[in-house]
Formats: sequence, C-alpha cells, structure tokens
Amino acid sequence: MNIMQNRVALSRRAFLAGSGSLVVAFSMHAPALAQNLPGPVPARRGTDNKKVDSYFVINADGGVTLYSGKVDLGTGHRIALPQIVADELGIAIERITMIEGDTHLTPDQGSTSGSNGMMRGGVQTRQAAATARAALIKLGAQKLNLPEAELDTIDGEVRPKKGGAGVTFAALLANQSFNLELDPKAPRRRPSEYKYVGKHVKRPDMPGKATGTHVWMHDFKVEGMLHGRSVYPPRPGAKLVSVDETSVADIPGVRVVRINNYLGVVAEREWHAHKAARQLKAVWEGGGIPTSSAEAQSYLRASGPRDGEQTIDKKGEFAKAWPGAAKKVTSDFYWPMQSHASLGPSCAIADVRSDGATIWTASQGTHKFADAFDGFLQLPKGSVRQIYLDGAGCYGMNGHDDAAADAAILSRAVGKPVRVQWTREDEHAWDPKGPPQTLTVEAGLDADGKITSWRSQMWIPRPTPKLPNVPLVGPELAGLPQTMGIATGSLFQGATPVYEIPNMETQLHFLRGAPVRTSPLRAPGKIGNLMAVETVMDELALLAGKDPVAFRLEYLKEPRSIDVLKKAAEIHGWQPRVQPRLDGKGRGIAFTHYKGNETWVALAIDVEVDKASGAIKVVRASCAHDCGQIISPDGVKAQVEGCIIQTISRTLHEETKFDRNQITGVDWASYPVLTFAEVPELNIALIDRPDQRPLGAGEAATAPVAAAIANAVFDATGVRLRSAPFTPQRVRSAMAESATKAG
Amino acid sequence: MARYTLDVNGQSRAVDVHDPQEPLLYVLRNDLNLTGAKYGCGLGQCGACTVIIDGEPVRTCMTPVSAAKGRIVTIEGLGTPQKPHAVQAAFIEEQASQCGYCTNGMVMTTAALLAKTKSPTKAQVNEALAANICRCGTHDRIVKAAMRAAASGAAASK
Repeated sequence: MNIMQNRVALSRRAFLAGSGSLVVAFSMHAPALAQNLPGPVPARRGTDNKKVDSYFVINADGGVTLYSGKVDLGTGHRIALPQIVADELGIAIERITMIEGDTHLTPDQGSTSGSNGMMRGGVQTRQAAATARAALIKLGAQKLNLPEAELDTIDGEVRPKKGGAGVTFAALLANQSFNLELDPKAPRRRPSEYKYVGKHVKRPDMPGKATGTHVWMHDFKVEGMLHGRSVYPPRPGAKLVSVDETSVADIPGVRVVRINNYLGVVAEREWHAHKAARQLKAVWEGGGIPTSSAEAQSYLRASGPRDGEQTIDKKGEFAKAWPGAAKKVTSDFYWPMQSHASLGPSCAIADVRSDGATIWTASQGTHKFADAFDGFLQLPKGSVRQIYLDGAGCYGMNGHDDAAADAAILSRAVGKPVRVQWTREDEHAWDPKGPPQTLTVEAGLDADGKITSWRSQMWIPRPTPKLPNVPLVGPELAGLPQTMGIATGSLFQGATPVYEIPNMETQLHFLRGAPVRTSPLRAPGKIGNLMAVETVMDELALLAGKDPVAFRLEYLKEPRSIDVLKKAAEIHGWQPRVQPRLDGKGRGIAFTHYKGNETWVALAIDVEVDKASGAIKVVRASCAHDCGQIISPDGVKAQVEGCIIQTISRTLHEETKFDRNQITGVDWASYPVLTFAEVPELNIALIDRPDQRPLGAGEAATAPVAAAIANAVFDATGVRLRSAPFTPQRVRSAMAESATKAG
Repeated sequence: MARYTLDVNGQSRAVDVHDPQEPLLYVLRNDLNLTGAKYGCGLGQCGACTVIIDGEPVRTCMTPVSAAKGRIVTIEGLGTPQKPHAVQAAFIEEQASQCGYCTNGMVMTTAALLAKTKSPTKAQVNEALAANICRCGTHDRIVKAAMRAAASGAAASK
C-alpha cells in the first residue's frame, strides 16, 4: 500500500471538483514536494459521506485511491481500513493508496475519536465499498455479457466465478464517478471470503517510523516558511499590557506579532524563534484559575458555580428501595484533571492568503474544525483547506488544533507560511485538559446479599450543548470570532452499572465552566466511573461474603459479558476468595461493557504494594476483550496494550497540578508518567466474532484499569483507594487512616 | 555567525550558526534535513531527540552545536527501510510503534546499549530506557524488539 500522506498533486481536485463524470487521467504518484509549495486553495472534492465517490476513485492504472475522513493517529487505522476495502472491493491491498483527513479530499466522517474509527468509519467505508463492488459487477456484466450473479470481483477485476477472462476495474471506471449513494443493502462479503480482514497485515508506516524516514507533521516543511512560537500569558485570562520588543533585538530576524492578547514571534531560523519567545519581555495583568488542583474536588462538589442537575438511567425506585437495605455502602471517588501529554508538543504549518488558507495539521478532527478556521480567519466557507499529517499521539484533542490556529494567526500577520511548534511547557500547560469528576455511590444489599438499590451521583463540568469544537487558545487571545463553550466528552457514560440491579439511577450535578479549558481525554469519564462502580461491586461482594468474580456473574445476563469476565478470570488464574489477602500482594478484577453498548472488557490485575513507601507495582495484567469482528488482530492487540499501559500511568501517576495562578505540572518531572520498569507482564485474549459488527478497541480497555488496580490494592492491604492518582503518599495516608480506625 | 564542521553519518558537514548555544537537534533537523531525531521536551527528559555520538546515546536538545564533537550517528545513518539495522528490523518485526514519535529515541538508545551489551537482560533494557518516555503505551513491544535485536546477534555491528 502506498502512503501518500496526502501529498497528492494539487491539480487532481481541479479535475474532481463538483460532480459529473471524469475522464481526465493524472498521476497519483506526483512528487511529494508538489504539495509543499504554498499556493491557492483548490475547490473541494466531494465530502458528502453518503456518496461512494467521496470514498474511492478507480485510478487509470487500476489501483484504488481510498479517501478516509478518519485518520491514523498511530492506531493502525491506516492498515485496518485498507484491509476492509481490499476484501470488500476485491483488490490487492498493495494497490490501495489511502488519503486521510484532508478537508478538501476526504468524506466528512466526523472526528477520529470515541474509539469509533472502525465501528463507524470502517463500517461506513465498508458499505461504500460494497456499493462500489455491486456497481462494478453491474458494469462488468454488461461488458462481459454475463449475468451479475455469475460474477465476482477478484484482484481488481470483475471475473466470472466459474473462471475465464475478466475485465479490470480500470477498464470499467478509471477516473470516472460512480455517481451513487451508499446503499445500506448492498451485499457484503461473507467472513469466509476475507483475505485480509482478521489477518495480521503489517502496518505500512512502521519501516519509516523505525528508520527516521516517516514524515510527521513536525518534520514537514513548506517552501518559504517562517518559524513561529506563541508567547502565552503567565495566567489564563491575563491581559497583555505591554511588550518590550527591544528585549529580543539581539536575535537576528525576529518579528514580534501582537494581536490583542495574542503574542507571538516569527523568525527565519527556528532556534531564533524559540529563543525569542523565551526572552521576550511582556507585562501581563490579571487572570488566574478559580480553584487549585488541591481544592478541585470541593470546587466541583460545592464551592464552584452550579449549573443544574439531571437524573439519567432511572430504573425502578432507588429512593424506596435504599432505606430498607440490610447492608449499605456509601463511597466517594475522585478522578483528577489530566493532560493528553503528547510526547511531541503540537505543531502545525499555515499559509494564509487573502482568499483562502492551507493548513498542515495533525488534527484528529479536520472536518470538525473546518468552520472554526473559516470563521476566525473570516474567510469564505470552504476556503481553508486542512491537510492531515501524523502527529505525536493525542488520545483526544490535545494542542494540535491550537498550534494550527496559532500558525494561521501568525501567517496572516506576516503574509508568509508559518510553522508553529509548541514547546513542552506549552503542551503541558495549554493543551485542553481531561475534565475532573467526582462521584458518590450508594448501594444496598438485602438480607440475602442481593443488590437491591444503587445510586451514582456525579459532579462534573456541564458540557455546552451543540458546541461545534473545543474553543481554540490563539483566537481567544487574539479576540477573533469563535464559538465559546465547554467540551468534556460524555463523562457520565459508565456511571450507571451495567449489572442487572432492580432499582438504580444516576444523578448529574453540573458545575458551570471548568477550572481550566477541557476537552475529551481518552475514554472521557469512563475510567473514573468504572473505578467507582467496580470498587463498590467489590465492597458489596465482601459484604455479601462472595468471591468478586462469582458475585459479578450473578448480575450479568448477556452471554458476551459473561464470556469476557470468565475468560479474564481463566487466563489470569483467578482464585476465588471472600476475604482480602493483606500480605502486600493482591489481585483485583473489573469488567465493562463500554458505553453500555460497545466493546466488552474484563481485566484482572496483580499488584505488589510496598507498605513502607506506599509504592504500587502492577505486576501482571490479563485482559479479555470482545470488540466483535476483529479487522486487524495485531492492531487491536496494540490498542489494548496501549489502553492498559497508558491507563496504569494515568492511575498511578497523573494529575495536572495547578494553583490559582497557573498550571504547575509543565514537564515530565512535574507531570510524571509510567516508566519502563513499571510496565507489567501483559496477557491479552482477543475474542473474535467475525459474524458480529466491529466495535472500537481504542478506548474500552482503559476503562477497567483503575478499578482493577484499586481492587487489587485492597486485596493486598485492606485499604480502598478512591482518588486517583494512587501515589505512594496517598497509599501511605490511606493505610495510616485505616490503622487509626482499626486501632 | 560561526562555522561548525560536524561528523554526521560518516560525512563531514559544515553549518553556519549564529548562536553557539543552538542545540544540535535544530541543526540536524533544519540545516541537515535529518528529521529522525525529534523535539520532545528540550529538557533532556524524554529521549525523543537521541543520537549516538562516539557510541553513547546523547540528547541533542541539550547539546549545543558548539559542543557537538565526535562521530555522530542519527537514525537515518543507522539503517534504511531497505537495509535496516538489526534494532530497526526488530522494531518493524514487533510493530513496536504506535504514533512512533518516541521511536527514534528508543531505537537509538537500544542500539547504543546493544553495541556494548550484546545480550542484555530485560531489566538492563528497562534500565537503559529508563529516561525514555513512550506515551502510547508501546513499552512491552519496545522491550520485545530490543530483546529480539539482541537475539539476532547482528546488533553489535554498528
């Protein structure tokens, strides 16, 4: 497969613009540099995700160009999607060239988020391919003078099933339009026909990544570009009073750009821009953060401004069942703000002209941000083209789009293409943060040890309804028009147990605003919610005198739920227990049916707790994972590994620290993450269900991690950890508190 | 403006740099177009910018160009997609990248380790990579790739 990374000849869109059939041949394999040249923005290719032509072009050489609105982001989407398309269309995977995320070339399939790349994007593209295949067979039937039922698509040809000469896709439809809507009824191939789906196909980007030849956003250069850096205020919301440009006069070629409270520098040489941004003297006044990380939990629950309440997932009558419960659990939980903490600080290049702009970006949501860029640059709708290039992993919206906005602001100001590279401090301080959440769970057992009642309450920032995108830092500072509001992701998902409990409800208590800007961070809300729900399940099991696995199974009816839980227990070597071990070694388990209707995951974890220091070591993790039909087995496994390891990091180490002035966790020392020595032995069982629809694998296995660790720590020590991160200090305090109570 | 002559991937390369404190990383990436080494933190904390100088893994974000003496090998000089070094081949075989932004540092640090310690234990690999950060959670594959490269025996050739 060719990875063009969207470096396609600009001219092609001129041919493909608008509708109508196409007869002009062109080369897909244009020199990579063709797109490095700044120039006018071309007309938009069809971005309608309901039209087959938005997804595919049959090239003159018989290969297929695949347009994907969803992007790779390091997930392996770049191989999984061609696996689907190659099988469904009937063409060798090497003959597929994939273009990702370009606003002017790809269908608008929404942002690459919520673990829906395959589940939605893949399924949608598969249906486009099935529709295309049916159309090719129809055309082939005319050409070969045979009934459609006797034809198949094999190796880029329509061929008689019984053998004999076929006709190539190129001969049928090279460079022409399908002019078809996606047909939901177009027949799809049976799993038994798959050649690529379900098999391990190596990622095409891996050789380049291992040898330094892969072109990341950060490595891309545009002719004539300048290097830019933003100089953000010392406190969020501070006003820029004055700038002393003489403070950077000793650095060659530096130009200072000030637009209201936006301050930036550009220079021909990157180091000079970097140095100037650090050296530039400016006076700021005001600003700050309404709370601190230490006070954030009480701010969420009580002291911060209120913004209404909502009850969701109501079933039965909690209020009636709860008072009569024989045994009760009431527990509070807290999940802190965290950073996406991308390894590569965000980077983008923009070339803004009077009539349009080109932006090279690592955005996970180019289409989603299209209107925002048109809007704040005050350019005609559709005149800003965003071209996707791989960035460092983002795990939700990090600073990629902010860097792109900064580059656009600077490019417009200086009239040249500008590359903006955020610094480490920019990324940690200014990426929108994973929102905080705090919960109280009340659950009751009857005299027979059955759960009768459950109420989860959450205190969370209220997301702004219909907010088109996370507001961008640069335009806000510059006073440019954009829609403001709070983006959090669906934090409430998973707060209500998926177990069969007769009386339950979840109450949401909303905070107005958020301490600092927020955005979805991988599996928003789900990790903290499951920490609460699955900890309480363990507490209830203990009260009921039951083994945690057996207890959960009593409340699960769906076979796929039961299968993953049993599978995780089996591969981990789960030993039934009704009391904790308390000898410093512990084992815990947690289960999720992600978002209530997606992937099923169960995770068993062994920990060792150093009671003196309070340090937790996750020794071993066993995960059973059912995401339906598996497209790319090694890709799913890689995602599951990443989910588990990254969430161990988030659970043990990560909290964005801030005082009432500023974010103080601004590098890898003040925002530590997991190190190699802390990575556990992993044991992953993927349950493949080829006859079921594919579900996401990018998030689900994150959800049970904190819960499984918390339950294992209880087994090891007899103390419950209910606030992340589980730092040694928190463990020591919890043990000291527990000893005091016992004493 | 001063001229510095660097020994990079077996070639002598002259660069004119205004500020002697400019980190080698910027010179490699922008003047020599060797973009394999990545800017990750500028603080020597993450390892993304690692190259090998005289056999030692070095953080180029913290190395002034004026202090960059010795034989510099970047990831591009280690091997190519067509002829990968044993460590690179092992990373490809294990599919040991997600976003891959840390991969440069992982490959270069591992290559430097294996040049000295031909058959490291897993603990020694963890130790060598202790100050390299991976954010995607690819650690397990990275360690497997390092062990595979060691087992292949060819890693010490560079």
